[in-house]
Amino acid sequence: MNTAMDIRREPVDCAGHDRTLLLRMFRKMLEAREFEEQLYYLFLTAAMPGTMHQAVGQEAVAVGVVSALNPDDSITSTHRGHAHCVAKDVPLKDMMAEMFAKREGSCRGMGGSMHLTDFNKGMLGAFAIVGSGIPIATGAALSARVRGSGQVAVSFFGDGAVNEGIFHEALNMAALWNLPAIYIIENNQYALSMTVAESSAVPDLASRACAYGMPGLRVDGNDVLAVYEATREAAKRARAGEGPTLIEALTYRIRGHARFEAAGYRPSEEVEAWKNADPIERLAAGLLASGIASEDELNVIRAEAEAAIEDAIEYAQSCADVRAEDYLSYITAEN
Amino acid sequence: MRQLSQAAAIREGIVQEMRLDPNVILLGEDVGKFGGAFHITHDMLDEFGAERVWDTPISEAGFTGLGIGAALTGLRPIVEYQYLDFIFCAMDQVVNQAAKIRLMSGGRAKVPLVLRGPQGATGRGAQHSQSIEAWFMHTPGMKVVMPSTPYDAKGLIISAIRDDNPVLFVEHKLLYGAASPGGGKALSDSAIQAIGTDVPEEAYAIPLGNADIKREGRDVTIIATLLMLHRALSVAEELAAEGVSAEVIDPRSLVPLDVTTIAASIAKTNHVVVVSEDVSRAGVAAELVATINDHCFYDLEAPVQRVAAANTPIPFAPASERHVIPQVDDIRAAVRRVLSS
Ligand SMILES: Cc1ncc(C[n+]2csc(CCOP(=O)(O)OP(=O)(O)O)c2C)c(N)n1
Ligand SMILES: [Mg+2]
Repeated sequence: MNTAMDIRREPVDCAGHDRTLLLRMFRKMLEAREFEEQLYYLFLTAAMPGTMHQAVGQEAVAVGVVSALNPDDSITSTHRGHAHCVAKDVPLKDMMAEMFAKREGSCRGMGGSMHLTDFNKGMLGAFAIVGSGIPIATGAALSARVRGSGQVAVSFFGDGAVNEGIFHEALNMAALWNLPAIYIIENNQYALSMTVAESSAVPDLASRACAYGMPGLRVDGNDVLAVYEATREAAKRARAGEGPTLIEALTYRIRGHARFEAAGYRPSEEVEAWKNADPIERLAAGLLASGIASEDELNVIRAEAEAAIEDAIEYAQSCADVRAEDYLSYITAEN
Repeated sequence: MRQLSQAAAIREGIVQEMRLDPNVILLGEDVGKFGGAFHITHDMLDEFGAERVWDTPISEAGFTGLGIGAALTGLRPIVEYQYLDFIFCAMDQVVNQAAKIRLMSGGRAKVPLVLRGPQGATGRGAQHSQSIEAWFMHTPGMKVVMPSTPYDAKGLIISAIRDDNPVLFVEHKLLYGAASPGGGKALSDSAIQAIGTDVPEEAYAIPLGNADIKREGRDVTIIATLLMLHRALSVAEELAAEGVSAEVIDPRSLVPLDVTTIAASIAKTNHVVVVSEDVSRAGVAAELVATINDHCFYDLEAPVQRVAAANTPIPFAPASERHVIPQVDDIRAAVRRVLSS
């Protein structure tokens, strides 16, 4: 378990970074946060079917990584994937419609929260079998090589996923063949109730990279620019044919594992300490400290993000419900 | 008598066997400290300690293999999968190893191993909703157990633990009941019947391969497992008001299958409907139809009716999920079809 000593709270160091990029990151993180905050209320009122896994507190990882990619680069996501979608520019309205099981949803109401994705945005899918997106992103990297497309493929997965055998198989092949892949361990310190120390013999997860002869680094996952810089470097290497990189982004899952899971296995001081290291607040502080934006300007962006989610909910509720037989059109490619 | 939820009954069966036999151990994700994703292993870590209750990493292939190795060397492991969908990550260990070791060793080795977890469609999308038992019926060397009531669940889990073979023990999320210890999940289904909720405190074993007639009848035999058994019973109840007398049989284990009880019922009713939540194609119901044709063909007055899930991954949208999974209406319609042909 990580102690409060490991937690970094300092403002994101924005000096020398592009204002447009920074404000876009701020906006995306806010959208991801607000999307999930509103989902929570929708679940509370039973307005929403199924379940969900919130990435509240982890937004800097999704946004930092994707901001360093090209729009046509591929990613794979997980059961905890809403923020990845927001970062990858999946329209918020389509995402919300999917959550409500509407025909206009990004997966036509067939996928739901755990499979929320948009193939047109370079999202190959959200895979809810822990670890199963890792080889799939690796395959997209192989495909990019074969096709000579210059694309990079990124796999997001949790600290728990590194203990699936498929992690080893995929990273070995990626390194063996110098594939343009980037592996992002979103280390939120828990896999349901299990801490990293309770489930990995070597708790320094980035160090596993040495087994494959690839670079492995740990970054402050609540510092969106640290995540961005590490990913940019990895993408540069990948595109230059220098092979894959493993990045461990240290962050924290502020909420329970799923929907209403209470997470009673965590000391409340730990949760409180991490709430005080909020990645959105840290970016806001950095933007203010560097004079890149004023409080008023940030408030405008906050209001815009809230309004965008409100619009998405209103839109989604006005969409047509999935018709029971719709699935018949989607089972195989011939349908 | 004392009433228990199915979750509590499974838990009690496991706890009693663990008290009796120090070789029974647990392996699985979050089974210790957290007490299991569906609270089945609640408090077991406290009672039995970390040498018998192993909180594993997310490594299904690995911990299934560990279970096999431990079973080969004197233990009786119970391996939990949080959702049975995840057993597919361990398919080689189950299908190529656990199920084949007995034969490959010429009968010298045995693998007393229980693989258990929940399945069933509950609005979680395609990777958390499947019914998986047919894959393992198709794997000789395995037994497949399907408890539908709390009473059966306790007696069957005890038999599964005492069995010297790999046993897949298939639970259904909607049958756990709200009263699981540790504050359960409020999952339920309007068709779930309050049957078999009286559970004796002492340990008892229900032999595998013993079907149970859950309701006696004369006109038609309905064979169903898990949630579908409950839906079949509510159809039988409705039809009784119309003067149709349905006999409802719960096989309780699909391997071994109690053909004798099924055949005796069909000899009496001459009409059969088989119901299963797994996909229709090459599924449980298909196998039951074939078995009935093998054993009871000349007793049948109409073709056996098969009611099973549509041949599709399970869609997220609740309306579509309902369309895919057999409902009370589908079962009732099948009964009417078999009786009118
Ligand atoms: C193969 C598999 N095993 C188990 C699960 C159940 N499960 C879902 S999420 C989860 C924890 C995952 O932890 P981690 O990889 O750290 O991701 P996080 O939930 O923290 O984002 C578990 C055990 C699953 N979905 N797939
Ligand atoms: Mg985690």
